[in-house]
Amino acid sequence: MTAWKSINDIANDVQTGAVSALSLVNQALETIETNQQFNAIIATLANRARERAKQIDDRVKAGEAIGRLAGVPFIAKDNFLVFGAETTAASNILKGFNAPYQATAINRLEAEGAICVAKANLDAFAHGSSTENSDFGTTLNPRDPTRVPGGSSGGSAAAVALTMAPFALGTDTGGSIRLPASFTGIVGYKPTYGLVSRSGVVAMASSTDVIGPLARTVEDAALVLDVMAGRDDLDGTTIERDTADYSAFSGAIKGRKVGVVKEYMGEGLEPGVRKSIEQAIDQLKRAGAEIIEVSLPSLPAALAVYYIICPAEVSSNLSRYDGQRYGYSFKEAKSLDDSYGKSRSIGFGKEAKRRIMIGTYVLSSGYYDAYYKKAQTVRTKLINEFDSALAEVDFLIGPTAPSVAFKIGANTADPLQMYLADILTVAANLVGVPSISLPAAESQNLPVGLQIMAKQRHDRDLLAFAKLAEGIIK
Amino acid sequence: MISHEVRSKYRLTIGIECHVQLKTNTKLFAAVGNDAREAPPNTLVSHICFGLPGALPVLNEEAVHLATRAAFALGTEPQRFSKFDRKHYFYPDLPKGYQISQFDEPIIGQGSITIDVDGQDKVIGITRAHLEEDAGKSTHPAGKDYSLVDLNRAGTPLLEIVSEPDMHSAAEAKAYARELYLRMKYADVSEANLYYGNMRFDVNVSVSQTDELGTRSETKNLNSFRIVEKAVEYETNRQIELLEKGEKVVQETRGWDDAKQRTFSQRSKENADDYRYMPDPDIPPIVLSDDYVANIGAEMPDLPTGIRAKLTTVGLDKQIIETLLEADSPTSGQAYIKVLHDINHSEAVRFAANWMVNRHLAAFQTSIEKDTEAHVTYSDLPSPDQFVAVYQLFNQAKAINSNSADSLLFDLSSGGKFHDAGFEPETVAEQQGYVQNSDEAEIAKIVEQVIADNAQAAEDVKNGELKAIGFLVGQVMKFSQGKANPSLAQTLIKKQLGL
Repeated sequence: MTAWKSINDIANDVQTGAVSALSLVNQALETIETNQQFNAIIATLANRARERAKQIDDRVKAGEAIGRLAGVPFIAKDNFLVFGAETTAASNILKGFNAPYQATAINRLEAEGAICVAKANLDAFAHGSSTENSDFGTTLNPRDPTRVPGGSSGGSAAAVALTMAPFALGTDTGGSIRLPASFTGIVGYKPTYGLVSRSGVVAMASSTDVIGPLARTVEDAALVLDVMAGRDDLDGTTIERDTADYSAFSGAIKGRKVGVVKEYMGEGLEPGVRKSIEQAIDQLKRAGAEIIEVSLPSLPAALAVYYIICPAEVSSNLSRYDGQRYGYSFKEAKSLDDSYGKSRSIGFGKEAKRRIMIGTYVLSSGYYDAYYKKAQTVRTKLINEFDSALAEVDFLIGPTAPSVAFKIGANTADPLQMYLADILTVAANLVGVPSISLPAAESQNLPVGLQIMAKQRHDRDLLAFAKLAEGIIK
Repeated sequence: MISHEVRSKYRLTIGIECHVQLKTNTKLFAAVGNDAREAPPNTLVSHICFGLPGALPVLNEEAVHLATRAAFALGTEPQRFSKFDRKHYFYPDLPKGYQISQFDEPIIGQGSITIDVDGQDKVIGITRAHLEEDAGKSTHPAGKDYSLVDLNRAGTPLLEIVSEPDMHSAAEAKAYARELYLRMKYADVSEANLYYGNMRFDVNVSVSQTDELGTRSETKNLNSFRIVEKAVEYETNRQIELLEKGEKVVQETRGWDDAKQRTFSQRSKENADDYRYMPDPDIPPIVLSDDYVANIGAEMPDLPTGIRAKLTTVGLDKQIIETLLEADSPTSGQAYIKVLHDINHSEAVRFAANWMVNRHLAAFQTSIEKDTEAHVTYSDLPSPDQFVAVYQLFNQAKAINSNSADSLLFDLSSGGKFHDAGFEPETVAEQQGYVQNSDEAEIAKIVEQVIADNAQAAEDVKNGELKAIGFLVGQVMKFSQGKANPSLAQTLIKKQLGL
């Protein structure tokens, strides 16, 4: 496998003319080509990418400054709208939909010279933890092709693990960046809710959706975040960014208070995962971190809360896919209702339908108070518990997933078992705090992810700490 | 028809929901033009209006500003906290599959307005008013197997004002609709053009013989006060007739057929729709500070209540005030009233108001039929000083007669030859030959001639037929090319006929 230099070094090489953007794009496209069997990619954007690379190379020759991501190839999960490219969200209902506008995140990356070379596979509409729900087939885990890469950003994670590009974009609604990062042995970063614009990204659950990078190092992830972060006029939920650079690291491990979440280390954790996480905690302690056990009593309810709020928002957000304006439309419909019914029942996959049904149910009059409203109440309780815990400690720590990557097909018959893969990640989404998954010591020769969370808007502090942890835990 | 006796057994109850289109430049959640009136279909549409994947609504702050003004116009203040919710249903002119509205935390809470019904004041409660986006427009071409959707209107900001069921007659319903219209117009929150449906009324009507409310019908999308009144009358009679026959009133949505002057059933509401309201996670709640609200309160223009009080003080009668307030087109009423407000001469104010209502407004109504965009602005009218000067020429100096005064004011208005505040009315009157002839000897000569030429009429006057004197005066005016002082002419006619 061809290794990539750090993103910063690649951009410097392009800017100085040491390497051409076109050669980087070709390298990415070749790596994608030779790893087709993993099914990480839905479509390559070869022409578009080469065109942009040539423009960048011409501008370099003309002495222009390109930007912090000059000529750096990247891969976007196929729920990002890239202007002029097909965007399917891995669902049949969106096949043939060519994006007439572009995601803000893509705009910001391109403005700094990055080049989107391909669209990555995912669970359709990001519904899933394994990419097995993709209408384009399952992505295989690069470390063991009989196992899943995690999901829903499984294609993005596998692509980075296979060195198809130095970084990829993912979305994380309940763990969809961190879980696949954990299963494939890379870094996955979920920023504070609202730090990166969601405009131009196919919505899953709007109140928990965030956009973030998957990369090989914390440094690369932080640089990509820095380019994307900040308010956007096209997304009213975006927040002001830090005035300082997210990739300008400072501080030390020594003296930082790290809370080990009791509920994260309980039963149901694979022994190998527990061992790896305990080892990481021990290494942090030896590096001078103050390790404190903390309890978040409502955490066991987080998954239940998530699987009410998320389907409620999903059922609403998927209403627009009605076969009337774009995407799949059942052409032989006898009536408007027939068109709605057939377009949606043929276009949507099983998991989308399951979530639409659950979401519609919990929002129905008569059930709203018992489910949706109660879930929101517990969510508020969870937010308060995180606030109190993070008033005592700087970071919360635990595993990203209860297990290593599971076998393909192991959980497909039982949706509840599949949902359990998210049990350790959903809370950060419900609460809105930033969270990172770092590769820890492996178990059974498979990657394990260490999850670290911080207070809302403390992304810079979290990344700086993760950068130091990264150096000692593996 | 039901008899008065039967009718009097029932108590009628009316509640009105009014959709006011706010006059923002852009849509409620998208930076796209908001004036869909003349635009070709689907040209005022962005990825947000079209409901594309990944498109997010971003609140237009101007709509919040206008809603705050509307709150003051409804006798209240906006809620410091309000939020948006999604109302779900499927229809092709609703691209997202949900309408963004406000469910349980509307921007305006309780308020009230006072209406005048046959000289009696009556307070009508406002339950709430909330912001929401309009849907697109569907058309169903006759004989075709398709429908057409135009999304230009999708996302237009609406303020839905919901009244308490406080009205009990068609006249009250009409007066309420008219008062809402005037308040929204004078608060300057809407173009308030009824022709273009800038304000649409949904009228809930029920009848009952007891204190308990009867089953109601909702007649939707009425766009004039007259139709509101007619629809209430029609529904009242229809419902009483049903009940008298021992039948039931069905809870349903009805429409108004203006050609047949009747309501008709559109959709039964027996199975209540479940809209699955949920808070919209894409739009942060609206939180208003006391300062924000106070600043907008301070910028509020005169509202109808205040204008009525002021104009009544200077002695204008109610009919004239109401006609001016209602002057068609959004800005005209304000222009008239502002000029009146700036005239510091109470008799001249009445003189000016009469000319505005009886002459200028009448002429303006003709022009509005040709061009619905026509409107009157402050500077279209003679200046307040010019009004006073014309009044003095007419009434005090008796230098011009009333026809000439009317003409002179038109000359000084937009479209006239002397439309500029710099012109002295006296100079213009002279130049235009309006100054009347009060030279007794000269007029006496004309009178002599007129009596000689119209012996029969003169004889009639002598025989006590005083109507004929008007004819003789007219002849004198004609001879003098309109310049003779008409009252002097009359005196001289009488004198020469020995009366």
